[in-house]
This record gives sequence, structure tokens and C-alpha cells, in this order.
Amino acid sequence: MNTSARRRLTAAALTVVAVTVGATACSSGSGSAGTKDADGGTYTIWDPYPQFDKSSEWAKLLDVCGKSAGVKIKRTAFDTSDLTNKALLAAQQDNSADVLIVDNPVVSTLAEAGVLTTTDDNKVDTSKVDPNLLAAGQAGGKTYGTPIGANTLALYYNEDVLEKAGVDIASVKDWPSLTAALAKVKAAGKKGITFSAIGTEEGSFQFLPWFWGSGAQLTALDSDQAVSALSLWKGWLDKGYAPNSVINNTQTTSWAEFATGDYAFSENGTWQLANAEKVGFDYGVIPVPASAGGNAAAPTGGEFVTIPVQGDTARYATSQKLVSCITSDENLNYTDKTLSYVAPTSEVQDKQIAANDDLKPWVDAVKAAKGRTSDDLGTKYPKISEQLWKAVQSALSGSASPKDALDSAQSAVK
Amino acid sequence: MNRTTHPPGHRRVPHRKGAAPAAAPAPGRTPARRRPASQQWAAWGFLAPVTLYLVLFYAYPLYRNIDLSLRNYTVRSFVQGNAPFTGLDNFRTVFDDPTFAPALLHTVVFTVVCLVFQYTIGLALAVFFNQNFRLSATLRGLFLVPWLLPLIVSASTWSWMLNSDSGIVNAALGMVGIGPVNWLTSPDWSLTSVIIANTWVGVPFNLVVLYSGLQSIPTSLYEAAALDGANAWQRFWRITFPLLRPVSAITLLLGLVYTLKVFDTIWIMTKGGPADSSTTFATWSYQLGFGSLLPAFGPGAAVGNLLVVTALVFGLLYVRVQRKQALS
Repeated sequence: MNTSARRRLTAAALTVVAVTVGATACSSGSGSAGTKDADGGTYTIWDPYPQFDKSSEWAKLLDVCGKSAGVKIKRTAFDTSDLTNKALLAAQQDNSADVLIVDNPVVSTLAEAGVLTTTDDNKVDTSKVDPNLLAAGQAGGKTYGTPIGANTLALYYNEDVLEKAGVDIASVKDWPSLTAALAKVKAAGKKGITFSAIGTEEGSFQFLPWFWGSGAQLTALDSDQAVSALSLWKGWLDKGYAPNSVINNTQTTSWAEFATGDYAFSENGTWQLANAEKVGFDYGVIPVPASAGGNAAAPTGGEFVTIPVQGDTARYATSQKLVSCITSDENLNYTDKTLSYVAPTSEVQDKQIAANDDLKPWVDAVKAAKGRTSDDLGTKYPKISEQLWKAVQSALSGSASPKDALDSAQSAVK
Repeated sequence: MNRTTHPPGHRRVPHRKGAAPAAAPAPGRTPARRRPASQQWAAWGFLAPVTLYLVLFYAYPLYRNIDLSLRNYTVRSFVQGNAPFTGLDNFRTVFDDPTFAPALLHTVVFTVVCLVFQYTIGLALAVFFNQNFRLSATLRGLFLVPWLLPLIVSASTWSWMLNSDSGIVNAALGMVGIGPVNWLTSPDWSLTSVIIANTWVGVPFNLVVLYSGLQSIPTSLYEAAALDGANAWQRFWRITFPLLRPVSAITLLLGLVYTLKVFDTIWIMTKGGPADSSTTFATWSYQLGFGSLLPAFGPGAAVGNLLVVTALVFGLLYVRVQRKQALS
């Protein structure tokens, strides 16, 4: 006791010294969420963009927003998969960030945990946001944040490979014509299609356009339509149109396969646009076709800007200013360009298309996209999704037929 | 000698009474007693860091894990801290889960097969390097590489090499006319693949420990045996193996505890899949607690506790074996 008390005293003394010395320097150390200075103080922002360091435009934007709100910003970037648990732990310790930017399917989970404030409470304006995007952040009639941008999935294709195989991309309209195109590509000695069917949320995300494109609903994983979607993928693997490695592919490895130039198609996201310019062959983008033609609804990706619950409710006013600044038209346009995302509001989308015509198919895809937690699935979605990716893995690896895999998935959800 | 035995004897007193003030009556009775009291304080002082360390980093996390496994945590109750106590419900959930039986089987198979191969290959290499030929030290150093590499590097490399379509292993097999094997993506092969990778990682540990064990066997024994006409095989089974038994026991027991908890290699290579075909208790526990968007902390902690108990049993066995050896 004695020693630890003395040690604590020493630690306290050192802290005092450190604080006095560091007061004029940039924000240092931890615990800034707890510091409540009368004059502005420090506000913490957590985001899932570890690819952006201190010198990035994103970090600078946050600082600018902080300055205009009269506060200092302390930003911490986490890996997306880490952020949910970190946010839950922080909330448990009543040490949440002031502004939290999280992947959209997580919002309903955090809302269920009581971690997030509603837009009624925090006065963030969401009136301009496209309703299909906002739906991912809504549960029980309440809205828990505003999207910073959206991305979704579509099919990238390699023009050279298709030309050699004698495939006209305009002919690819539905599943049979897509499969026929893949058969031609394989006959021409090239590889068909690559996607990610890994046993994580990524796998479900990639399967959903086909799942929804078949007419299936997430509330009935064992429907005939669902079986037809999984059988489509399984058939591609069996016939060698898709490589067996898709079972372990992340979207990044799947992109790396496409970038070799051997593959005709790759199901991938808006965020690969910047990389697509570097692949060294001509590429194009088409929406994922639905089973009987038309476009399948793809799931929306992208993050929500949220304001976690604080013990000190006086902080919300400033947090709201920060969120408004981050999601102002001008800043959204800018941020979504760096993230390679589609903006969540029509006004900014128009600006994006005006600046870059290539974004047109993506903006259309985002408008047709559907939130994973929409339809009031909320926290049911994570359980459904886990069973869905397990079923996909079982079927593709051959340990169960698509029908059996989806049957047991549906019974596990119940 | 006297000095070193003193603190442990004193340690017991404050331990039983629990708090320092309880020891306070000791000073001030007689001048003769003063000295031990101040020594007691000193003993406490020396003891404090390690006690604090043990409590902070062992006792408390363990307590939290047991607590997690005995309560019904949802994300909401996790944050607000009012999860209802549900006794052994989480354990029942885990036992009834269809993943339980395969996970148990995989854990046993993974641990046993890895140990057998690690030990056999490690011993063979140790005997080989004990010959002290030229470059043997350099080669032995090279064999340590798998041990020194961060697991994320070696596991990622293995998963590239074993890739179904672009992996070097399938390319090599293709050259000798063996069709492609879906190492990581077939439920029949995934467990084998992670066992191969983990054996590779574990061989150096066995090599090093067994090699040092071999060094302590006097060469005169081999000379005597050679004079008696024992061949190399007999020398190994009659001298090396029996004399190496204590070292072998420790190597195997430590290896067992290390292998039981292997997580990184499996998670990076297969994520326990496809279709749970390479799921062990370690990956299952992680999968439950952190693998999906909606964490199931309770069952995850329950599986973790099962692992802790198993490791503890073998840990105690290890301590017993060590004590026996110290006595003999």
C-alpha cells in the first residue's frame, strides 16, 4: 500500500509536470475524452481509416473542423474489424469518443447497446441524405448517425479478355448470359470470375447482390431463390469458371487476382476505382445482374458518422458542430474523393459526376443499393449474416449441398 | 543461505492476514522485535511489485473471464454492466453447439499430431546436429528461422504457398503430375494444412531443447557402448533415448501447452474454415467473441475457460514432473 501510494503520488506529480510542459504543445497522451476544459478543450474522433496518417488530407480536414468549432481534435484510427469492440469497451468505461465513425452494419448493434445518441438528441441534420442509405443507420424509427459516403459492389470486367473470348459485354444481362460469357472466356483459355467468399462479413457482403438478385430475403435463408443463388456460385466453381481460392479470398486478394489481367470479371467495390486506373488494361463496370435480368440490389457499404453517449451532455453541441462540418457538402465531396466513395446526398453526387464521368454507374448502383440492416433487421442481421457466410463456405467447399447448407443456416438463425 | 530463506518465511504472515495494518501490532512491543518488523516492511516492499503484477495481469483478467462466462452478456448489458448471472448457461450453450464436437476433435487431433511430428523431427535433427560436422552450427542457426519469424509472416507465407490456384506447392505437385489439392479451401485438407504449418513452426523449439539435452549425455557412455559392439541404432535406443527422457517430458509438456493455444496460424490461414473444418477451441473462442458483428462474449469466454482449465491441468502436470526430476 505504502509503496503504491507513493508511486501514485510520483505518477501524479509527473503528470502535473507533463501537463504544464505539454499545455502549449499539441495534444498528448490519453484520457483526452475526460478532460473538460472551459475553453473548448479536446474532442476525440475515432475512425476506421488507418490508411490515413497525420499528414493526410482527412486528418487535416478534421483539424480544420476542430478549429472552426473552437476545439482541439485528437484523432485515433482503428482497423474496421477492431472498432466495434473498441467502441463497446470504451462505452463500458464511459470513455467513448466524441465522434465515432463506424461501418454502417455496426450502427444498429451499437445503437442496441445504447452507445449512440439519436439525431433527435444530437440535432444532426440528415434531411438531405438519400433514404436508402440512411436506412442502414435507423432502428426502431430512430436515426443514429449520418453516412459519410457510400460504396457498393459491381462487376469490373477486363475488356481485352472479353474481346479475345468474343464476348459482347452488352449481352450480359442476367445470370444465364453471364454464365455463358464465363464459359466462352474459359474456352478461350482465360479465367472467368473472381470474388470473395471468405468466412467473415466480407463473404456475406459479396454474396448479397446474388442473394437479393435471386429475389431471396434475409428473413428466409432457405428459400428456393436463395438456393438458386448459392447454386450459381457453386456451379461456377465446379465448372472452373471461378477459382477455388475464392473460398479464402478477401476482397483485396480477389482484386489482386483480377489485376493479373487473366480474369474476365471481378466482383468488387467502389473503393477499387483508384486501383483500377493502375491495372494496365482497359476495364469497364456493370451492375451485378439479377437472376432474370435487370440490376440486383447490392448492399451498401461505407461508414456512418455518429455521436456516442457522453456522461457530460454539454459536449453534444460541439460534437454536432464537428459532424456538420465533416458532412458539409463541400467536405463530403472532398472526403468521398479521397475515400473513393459515392456521396450520400444527391447534390454532392451530381457534383461528383460532373467532375468524373466514370462515377456514373457507381452512383446508379448506390441509388439501387440496400442497407444490410435495413428492413428493420437491425441486430438480427449479424446473426443472419454469420449463418449466411457459413452456408456459402460449406456449399463452395463441398461439405454440404447448397440446399442443405442453407437449410441448416436458417434453422441456426431461429 | 539464511538470508535467502528469510523473505519467503515472512511472506506467509502478511499473506494470511491480508493487509499491512494487521502486521502493525508487531512493532513497539520489545526493542528486540523491532528489527524483524522493519524487515517485514522491506519484505513487503520487495513483494509488492510482483504481487501487484500478478493481481493486475493474471488474477483480475482471469476473474473477469470467469465472470464473463457466467453471465448472459448482450451488447447492451456489456456496456451498462448489468448482465444477469446465469450460472453455467453459457457452458451449456457451448456444449450443445453443433460446433463443439468437431472443435474438440480438431483440437485433440491438431495438438497430438503436431506434437508427434514436432518431437520426432526435432529429435532426429538434434541427433543429426549432435555429430558436429562442418557448418553444423550454421545449419542449426538456419533451422531456428521459423521460430524467430513473427507468426503473421510465416502463416501468411504458408497460406500463399498453399493457395489452390497460384500456390507454389500445387505448382510443384503439378510438375510431377499430381492434380491440384485445395489445401486451404477443402474441408478434407484444411486441418492437415494448418498442422503442417504449425509443425514447421514448432520443430526449432524441440530441436533446441533436445539438442541441449543431448549435450549433457557424457560421450564416455557412447564410447563404452561402441567398445561393447553396439551399433548406432542400439546406441540411440539404449543410451540417447532413456537419458533424454527428462528433457523429452518437459519438451512435450511445454509443446502441448503451446500447441493447445495456437490461434494465429490457424486464423490467418483458414479462419477455422471452410465450414468449421479446421476450427479448434482457440479459434472458436475468438470467433464467438470477436468474429462477427455481434459479439457473443459469454460463450466465447466459456470456451476460453475450457482452454485455460486444460492448459492448467497440463501445467500442473509439468510442475509435478519438474519437482520429481529435481528430487531424483
